[in-house]
Amino acid sequence: MPSFLHSLASPARFQRIANAIMPWAVLLTVGLIGTGVVWGLAFSPPDYQQGDTVRVMYIHVPAAWMAMACYAVMALLSASFLIWKHQLADLAARACAPIGACFTAVALITGSLWGKPTWGTWWVWDARLTSVLILFFLYLGYMALAAAFDDRERGGRAAAILACVGAINLPIIKYSVEWWNTLHQGASVFRMDGPTIDNAMLWPLVLTGIGFNALFVVLLLVRIKSELLARRIEVLQRARAAGRS
Amino acid sequence: MTRKQRRMTILGVGLACLAVATALVLTALSDKVTFFYSPSDLAADEAGHNARIRLGGMVEEGSVVKEGDGITTAFVITDFVEAVPVRYTGVLPDLFREGQGIIATGSMDGGTFIAEEVLAKHDETYMPPEVADALKAAGKWQMGDQP
Repeated sequence: MPSFLHSLASPARFQRIANAIMPWAVLLTVGLIGTGVVWGLAFSPPDYQQGDTVRVMYIHVPAAWMAMACYAVMALLSASFLIWKHQLADLAARACAPIGACFTAVALITGSLWGKPTWGTWWVWDARLTSVLILFFLYLGYMALAAAFDDRERGGRAAAILACVGAINLPIIKYSVEWWNTLHQGASVFRMDGPTIDNAMLWPLVLTGIGFNALFVVLLLVRIKSELLARRIEVLQRARAAGRS
Repeated sequence: MTRKQRRMTILGVGLACLAVATALVLTALSDKVTFFYSPSDLAADEAGHNARIRLGGMVEEGSVVKEGDGITTAFVITDFVEAVPVRYTGVLPDLFREGQGIIATGSMDGGTFIAEEVLAKHDETYMPPEVADALKAAGKWQMGDQP
């Protein structure tokens, strides 16, 4: 497995694999999110307490999952960049950050829209909400730091260290609702004694959940590929400028 | 030790130290991170006297009384060990009812907790109304009272 991962560090091989995965990932994204959203919004039952407000869940929960998953991927890529100095790992980690920031923003905004009718407030500073807001700022900080150096390599290293340090926030987000009293409820899907969501609501949620994963793969591959092309253009332009002088 | 292994070790040890430091800080701050106190915490005086705090627990069955002015509600918050009487003047959230988990912000005045804000806490159980009705009909209902 590690040797396979290392072989991915070659941009040419990465391009080949990315091109092979892409159509499937697009198909999964469109099919699953499409089906899940229509099912969730139109055909799944309302909740016995929340009524139709429960439908926010079909977007909010997958977005929150991906906000964390994307950060985990970014932190792992950053660690492998720090250890093995693979340039492609740095490039991929940088590509993760804006995607993750968007997932986090969607989770925060939809959560707020759900909180007002359910809890009676748009926002509270409980441990779950606050730790997710910190996750959002970690993404922003990572992007700012990665772009703050004239020397790309140094910026990448500084940002990679931030990404690894920030990974400590992931278990805090996950277990905040168990360790402390929070306004946010505990986990409904990933829990030891099985989901506490009725199957009629769980299925569309699972579909959009997997669909969001596929969406992440699509966005990440597109970003990495375009970044690789941008690098090539830069190299060619430099070569041409050198040839002229 | 190769340079890769050295970098790996530094990163691993660094993150382990950071994890321990964070765990210690969060443990030390745990009663500040906590969003609300339970009636038992209040009885044990963990919140401090007359402090403005959040009090969380279940609205006790049969305790909700609407007062004459139509906007003031008196009820009891319980964690099934201790119970605290609460008075609140204002609009209650839709989910507020007997048996529901709520969080009230305010302070103790004599033996009564005067709330300035009441938030409903939602639990992690999601089900369609028909399932909830079926559970109640079968006598397997473990949640609070229905709306």
